[in-house]
Amino acid sequence: MLKSTAIILGPVNDFLSSVQSHTGQSITACYQCGKCTAGCPSAYAMDITPRQIMRAIQLGLKDEVLDSSAIWLCLSCETCSLRCPREIDIARVMEAMRHLSLSEGRRPAQKDVVTLYNSFLQQVRLFGRVYDLGFGVAYNMRSGHPFSNVTRLPGLFARRKLKLAPDRTKGASEVRRIAARAKELERMRT
Amino acid sequence: MVQAESSSLEPVAKRVYSYYPGCSLHASAKEFDVSAKLVCQKLGIELRELEDWICCGASAAHSTSHLLSLALPAHTLKQAGEKGLPLAVPCAMCFSRLRITLHELKKKETLDLVSRTLEKELSTDVTVESMLDVLANESISLPVTKPLERLKVACYYGCLLARPPEVIGCDDAENPQTMDRLMGRLGAEVADWGLKTSCCGAGVSFPRLDIVLKLSHRILSLARSTGADCIAVACPMCHANLDMYQKDMTAKHKEKTNLPVLYFTQLMGLALGFSPKELHLDRHLTDPLPMLREKGLA
Repeated sequence: MLKSTAIILGPVNDFLSSVQSHTGQSITACYQCGKCTAGCPSAYAMDITPRQIMRAIQLGLKDEVLDSSAIWLCLSCETCSLRCPREIDIARVMEAMRHLSLSEGRRPAQKDVVTLYNSFLQQVRLFGRVYDLGFGVAYNMRSGHPFSNVTRLPGLFARRKLKLAPDRTKGASEVRRIAARAKELERMRT
Repeated sequence: MVQAESSSLEPVAKRVYSYYPGCSLHASAKEFDVSAKLVCQKLGIELRELEDWICCGASAAHSTSHLLSLALPAHTLKQAGEKGLPLAVPCAMCFSRLRITLHELKKKETLDLVSRTLEKELSTDVTVESMLDVLANESISLPVTKPLERLKVACYYGCLLARPPEVIGCDDAENPQTMDRLMGRLGAEVADWGLKTSCCGAGVSFPRLDIVLKLSHRILSLARSTGADCIAVACPMCHANLDMYQKDMTAKHKEKTNLPVLYFTQLMGLALGFSPKELHLDRHLTDPLPMLREKGLA
């Protein structure tokens, strides 16, 4: 088996080494078969495909990877990781690229997706749990689409899908403590 | 046709679980919570909800901070561990986050880091089971009073109950059978189809509804083409994507999309004799009641 040997070697570069050590994935093992992209449900909407992301990492094209829409349109469905004949956890690599892009303070190519995640986590810090209505309002205000989904509200209320008040849990302070501590420890590690 | 099992059989032994409903089951997926509890009660399974549980962090934590995505579920694992009971989790997203965290904590370095984050000593001595696995256990007899005869169900597992199979414990990540066998035991016919574990579009419906509409429409269309009367799901996010936007799909494709999407626990509840009202079948945007009436199930 050639598994641990690089099949297609680009020039050795810092980006490739750091992604490999950070994710524990052997990116050099990718031989560009394209199975990841063939099974990817959102590849059709990406600027560069999962296969191209892998190649770009091999070649050290950091900006192309971290500024791509692909890393934000990855739905974490993990079909690529399941099917990769080189057993690379591609979804894990995509996840790490999102984290790296954020920690470097880059402008995400799909900024509304990031706004969505931030609005969700804001609710969790506030209440310990997600409050759907608050989440929707926060997303609409922060994303600059104040009327997004507003016409769906009567239907959702009629079917009792939305609660008027958030769940209250004593766990909320625990969430804030955990979130602050995670942020601090992650800053120390980078 | 599958013969309904005898109702005279008593549950073998009392099964007791800690219960983690997750945010959706207290809100938009209340019907999943209600139906899971009714079915468990009927089958002699006791659920004890964890007090003051917190959100698992879902895709939002997972996409923005690796450590936070482990620390939030680790808090719940710690709570469950202290109770000394296995943890039953209906929501596929929560289940996936909890199982993946448990798996990651088996690495000593990760266990130390997450313990430092929580400022608590953590252990991996806890069992996490999906509600699907809890209820599909074939040693539990099903006192079926209303077999789901004439009903063809397309079982949809989505991503989170399938991948990664070695962590999730899925029987076959490309063509799982757990829910199919369960529906068969209730008397239903199941669809043999190819999108059981394909992604519905996940959580991006706010920023990228176009992607959700495309992927969910593909799933609904294929399920319909097999002659299925409904789709059975075990994930609130899949449920929302498949159920909520059918009118949008009808408008977009100029062809009616109308396929009811039910939680598998609601279908179990019907077969075990609960009424549509008890199972909150009126909470879906795509109304399943006309179809169920036609089949003599409502």
